[in-house]
Parts: sequence; structure tokens; C-alpha cells
Amino acid sequence: MILRRAVRFVDERTGAAPLLGKALRYVFPDHWSFLLGEIAMYAFLVLVATGVYLTLFFEPSLAKTVYHGQYAPLDGVHMTKAYASAVDLSFRVKAGLLMRQTHHWAADVFLVAIVLHVWRVFFTGAFRKPRELVWYVGIAMLFTALLEGYLGYSIVDDLLSGMGLAIGYSVALSIPVIGGNLGLLLWGGPYPGVPQFESRMYIAHVLIFPLLIGGLLALHLALIVARHHTQFGGPTRSERRVGGLPAFPGYAPRSIGLFFGVVSMLFLLGGLVQINPIWLWGPYEISQGTNGAQPDWYLGWLIGALRITPGFDLTIGNYTLVPNPFWGGVLLPLAVVAFLVLWPSIERRMTGDRAYHNLLDRPRDNPTRTAVGAAVLTVLAGVFFAGAGDRFDVSFGIPYGSQIWFWRAFTFVLPFGVFWLVRRFCRDLAADDESEPATGYEPGAPTA
Amino acid sequence: MKWVWSAIALLLGRGRRAPARVDRQRLIVEQPPSRRGENVVLVLLGLATLSFAAFVAVYALDRLPAQTQLFGITLGLGFAFAAAACIVTSRLLVPVEEISDPYANEPHEEAVAEIEQLVEESGSRLTRKRLLTVAALGTGGAMGAALLAPVASLGPVVGPDALRRDGWRRGMLLVDSEGRPLSADGVEPGTFYTAFPAGASHDELWAPLVVVRVTDTLELPEGRDPQRWAPEGIVAYSKICTHAGCAIALYRSPLNEETSMKPALVCPCHYSTFDPARGAKVLFGPAGRPLPQLPLQIDDRRRLRAGGHFSGNVGPSWSGVRRGRA
Repeated sequence: MILRRAVRFVDERTGAAPLLGKALRYVFPDHWSFLLGEIAMYAFLVLVATGVYLTLFFEPSLAKTVYHGQYAPLDGVHMTKAYASAVDLSFRVKAGLLMRQTHHWAADVFLVAIVLHVWRVFFTGAFRKPRELVWYVGIAMLFTALLEGYLGYSIVDDLLSGMGLAIGYSVALSIPVIGGNLGLLLWGGPYPGVPQFESRMYIAHVLIFPLLIGGLLALHLALIVARHHTQFGGPTRSERRVGGLPAFPGYAPRSIGLFFGVVSMLFLLGGLVQINPIWLWGPYEISQGTNGAQPDWYLGWLIGALRITPGFDLTIGNYTLVPNPFWGGVLLPLAVVAFLVLWPSIERRMTGDRAYHNLLDRPRDNPTRTAVGAAVLTVLAGVFFAGAGDRFDVSFGIPYGSQIWFWRAFTFVLPFGVFWLVRRFCRDLAADDESEPATGYEPGAPTA
Repeated sequence: MKWVWSAIALLLGRGRRAPARVDRQRLIVEQPPSRRGENVVLVLLGLATLSFAAFVAVYALDRLPAQTQLFGITLGLGFAFAAAACIVTSRLLVPVEEISDPYANEPHEEAVAEIEQLVEESGSRLTRKRLLTVAALGTGGAMGAALLAPVASLGPVVGPDALRRDGWRRGMLLVDSEGRPLSADGVEPGTFYTAFPAGASHDELWAPLVVVRVTDTLELPEGRDPQRWAPEGIVAYSKICTHAGCAIALYRSPLNEETSMKPALVCPCHYSTFDPARGAKVLFGPAGRPLPQLPLQIDDRRRLRAGGHFSGNVGPSWSGVRRGRA
């Protein structure tokens, strides 16, 4: 009765009861791979919560101070207030280190989940009509999240932050013609040494980018609900009808369970597995660098791309048309964005297929798409591993100089082979499917 | 005390609820209860509660060793048990049903046509549609320009000349990070030294230098007189990599003269490698320009001093990097 009174109260004032009733029975088709996007969403919630906690202690200022805190090895060292407050919140603030490490882990997991989700959607063809808009919004979110993560570890102003920013600045300068002005505009002057830049990064990291991601996320979900989820085929599942668990009561405890599971994993990582021990790096000094410096995993592909580029600036007389970092730092990410954004249209044009698609493909069902995706992944894997080449040298003694040639071949030649092989493999699999029908196994059918 | 007992009675009292209304057809298929499932969920909820309480206890005690780890374990376990309780609930305690809904696979042709018609008719009073459109677009563009103009305040406005900074002057003393002058006799072969301008900021791109004593044959680029650019074989280059602005923090020193690669300055970010004996020519890696070289002087007290400006612009490349200097 209390429940009925409460719902009536809301309905009389909003007329929302029919909508609410429909929402409770919203259908969720079930497949393990559909959880990737959800994991990303829940990691984002953890990022917001832990991030707000961190802002209460972090001081985004490049003003100089002398450290006299609990971490003895840095005692008396000149540093910025940003770095000092980040070290302080790790040592002095109770649970501060837990929150900082959980925040960092959450960022890494957030991007793992997004990237896997993007490729899941790609290889199953979930981006097809009528869901292209969902795809575009998702791609926008992926790259916003990449930048957000980069800003996050840059505002700390430890030595790694500074090296990462120096590279980012060089990449900005490398944009043909306008690069010099653009770099000065973004950084407020030649980097380093412009204190305003810290407040710019800070407002972007704690307000602008989170709002962007939150807004895109809301749009992403609204667009999905508008056209329903895609699904693999099954007894109640066809191009015309979506089948699965209702949001309430079936799906809600599962999703809440997944949420708690993600939170649990992130706090366990944050408490038990050290990440980015900034007190070991020391404050940023432009005259210092450290060997074996690696960015967070999601920027590994960019550092690798910068590393395998042959050493040349493209010049006309003494005019530098294309400085070197442009190829790996600007052109490659632009090419990847272009590929992801244009692919739905390319596929539509290639196949002439303008129909609605609610049933998912298995990768073998569309050999060309799967082969193209595998080839692009090979390129990305090539530059990603190239970014770890110095680690392979140190750990396994493979000379870095020869590795560079190996990764160049991996990145530029191997994708063609992968394309050919994967397409053939998919066609064989599909042919097998046709020759032995009705085994009783419904691909993608719910197991529960 | 009385209300505590009544609360406990209320919590534990089971099966006393009024019978479910039977006058309406069920919306959810009836499925059998699972006492075992309920027991499992109760245990999991209890464990979650204990874990969260342990977190609060660790926080309040504040004197346990490995506090961060205990925080992580208690909080992580709390959420893990809560997650398990939810999953068991979804499997055993909640009706499991498969429902279905139609997909919307048709556009609303009527509504689409109506919108088109609405927009067309909305312009029926206009006689000079094109002119008005052009004017409105012009206003929109101007509005945008006006709103965007203040963005230029973020950086130096015209021309990236700020990138050409070079504070070195003839006679400036080279000092180490502690401010002690560098002596020519203190520059040993087989390693490198970081130097800064005396009495100037160490934090600007032009400030840090690498100083090396070259023992191989010097082959400086044409026009660089070794007397002026490498007195006694000592050379100085900008420490900032011309590729992506990191500090040249590594020095490759041959351990075996016969087979090792020659001495080189190496950047740890992308492994651009420069030859100190040949004007910091790029030997390997992605850098597109040699490191700018600084001419040197040795004064009568054997201290190193700058002999003038850098040979080129310092730091990563931009379109104008090969033109002129500050």
C-alpha cells in the first residue's frame, strides 16, 4: 500500500507511471560480451567518486614549495605545490593512497573495458543501422576518455607527468603550419614554465572532460534504449523481436552485482597493487629524464608510433612542413578515428545493405569486416608493442635497434597477411557451418 | 528496550504477511522459493556487513601496519560479498523469465512528412528567403567570432617567436645543478655533465646543457671552428631532445672500444641518439634535427663559459624551427 501511494504521488505530479512500468520491463538480451560496456560505465562511477575525494586534498598549483612531509627521501626538496599535495595525500591523508591508487586503476580498467567494448561492437556488427549514432557517440567517448586519462596523470607534476607533457607539447607543435601557435595557445607560452597551464589542465580534468563523458554516456544510453539492444539469435530472438530478461526483477540484481564486483576489484587493486608511486619519480625538472619511462597502457600505441617513425622532419628549404612527431602523434590517431567513424558508412556502401539489423553477426558471418578489423588491430598491436621495445631489450636482451625494424614490419606489412588469413579462416568456418546444419547448438543462445 | 525487541520481532517474523492479492492475474510467472538460496544470501550479506565494519574499524584504529592494504582488502571484500549476494539473488531468489518486445523497424513516415511540411510552411511569409538566410548566417558567423576571440588571450597572440628563446650570452658561466661553476679540467671523458647558465632560470627550455669531452676525432659541421665550438675537445649541446622535448638523460659509453657502438647522447623517451663528436648528428631514432650546439670558452681560471648563442633553435620542431634565432 505504501508503494502504491508513493507511485501514485509521483504519477499524479508527472504522469510517469506508464513510462516507469515500461522501464521496469525493459528487455535485456543476455551475453557475456554485453557486460563490457557496463563495466566501463561502473568504472566511470568509481572514477567520479574517488576523483571528487582527491580534489578535496589536491592543490593544482605550480607555485614552488619545499617539501617537509612524511616521506623522508624527499625532505627538503624543492617542488611544486601540485606535486607536494599529491605526495601528501598519499602519505598523510588517511585512505588517501587507497583513493589515489583506486582512481588510477579505475582509469586503466575504464579504458580497457571501453576498448574491448568497441571491438566487440565492431566484430559483431552492432554498429549497423539503426545504431550508427550510438557508435559515433561511443567513439567520441573513447577519445575523450584517452585525453582525460592523459590529463589525469599529467596534473600531478611528477617527473613522468612532465615528460609526458613535453611529448604532448611537441606533438602539438608538430602540426603543420599552425602547430607553433597552437602549442603556445594551449600551453599559454613555451613549455615548460607557464604556471597557468596547471589550472587549465585541472579544470579540464575535473570538470570539462568528466561532464563531456557523462553527457556522452547519457546520450549513448538514451540512444540504445530508443532502438533497444542488439542480440544474438535465439528462440524468442529475431530481427523483429528482442528477447531476454526484464530490467526488473530479473536483470537489476545482476547489474547491481556487476557494479559491486567492479567496485570490489578496483578497491582490491587500489589497496593491494601499487600503481604510479609518484614519490619515487620525484618532481619534474626539464633537465631530468628517466630510462624505462612508460605511459599508462592506453597511450602505449602512441609512444610506440613515435618511436618507430624514421628520423626526419619533412622540410621545404628551411621551412619545416611536417615535424617528426606528427606522424605518430597526430596522423595515426586521426587515421584511427577516421577509420572507426567512417566504417559504418564504408560497410554500407560496400554491401549496399540499408536494412535494419538487430541480430548480431558472429565474426565469421562477415569475413571482410572481421579481416579489416583484425588488420587494424595488428597495426595497433605493432605500435603498442614497439612502445614496450625498450622493456623487451632490458628484460629479454633483444637489441632495441633491430626490434625497431621488426615492429615496423609488424605494423606495415603483417596486417596484409592477417587480412588475407583471417578472411580465409572466416570463410572456411562459415562454409563448415553450412555443411553441417542443425547440431542443436544455437550460437549466442542464452545459457542461463 | 521495548522497541528493540519489537524491531527484532519484526525483522525475524516471517510468513506473517497478509496473503498476496489473488484477484489479479500474476504479471510474473510463479516460481518455487529457495530456502537454500535465501540462506546463502543471508550469509553473504552478513560477511559483507562484517567486512565494511572492519574497514571502519581499521580506519578508526589508525595504528595498524599496512593500512592501505587493509583498507583495500576490507572494502574490496565487502563489495565482493555484496556482489555475490546480488548474483545469488538474481539466480535463485528472483523470478527468472524470458520476455520479449518488438523492435521498431519502420520509420514514422507520417511524422517525417509532417515535419517537412511544417518547416516549409513556416517560411511561407518570406519573400527574400535566400538573402535573409545569408544575412542570418553572416550574423551567426560574426557572433561565433566574437565569442571565440577571447580564446586568443590564452597564449601569445601573433607568431610563435616565443619559441625562439635563447638566453645564452657570450661569457655566461656554466654551472651545475647546485650552482658550482664547471671547470674544464673536471670534464672527464666517458660520461656527460648537465650544466645551466649561472644566475638564470634552470626551468626554461634553453637552459640545460649536456657537456661532453670528445676523445674521438671531432667532425663538427662546416663553419664551426673547433677552437670556438670545442675548446680542448669539450662540446656543449642543448639537453632538450629535438624530437619530443624530453631531457637527454642517457650517455652511451663504449665498454669495449673494438666492438661497441661509439659514444652517444641518448634520449630515454623515444631513443633518439646523437653523436657528440659530429655536432650531435642523429645516429638513430626519430629526431629530425641535431641538438643545437653552444660555443664554449675556457677562462683564465679554467672555468667553462658560453661563447655565444646556440647554433639553432632549442627543443622540438615547429614550422619555423629552421629559420632564424631570437
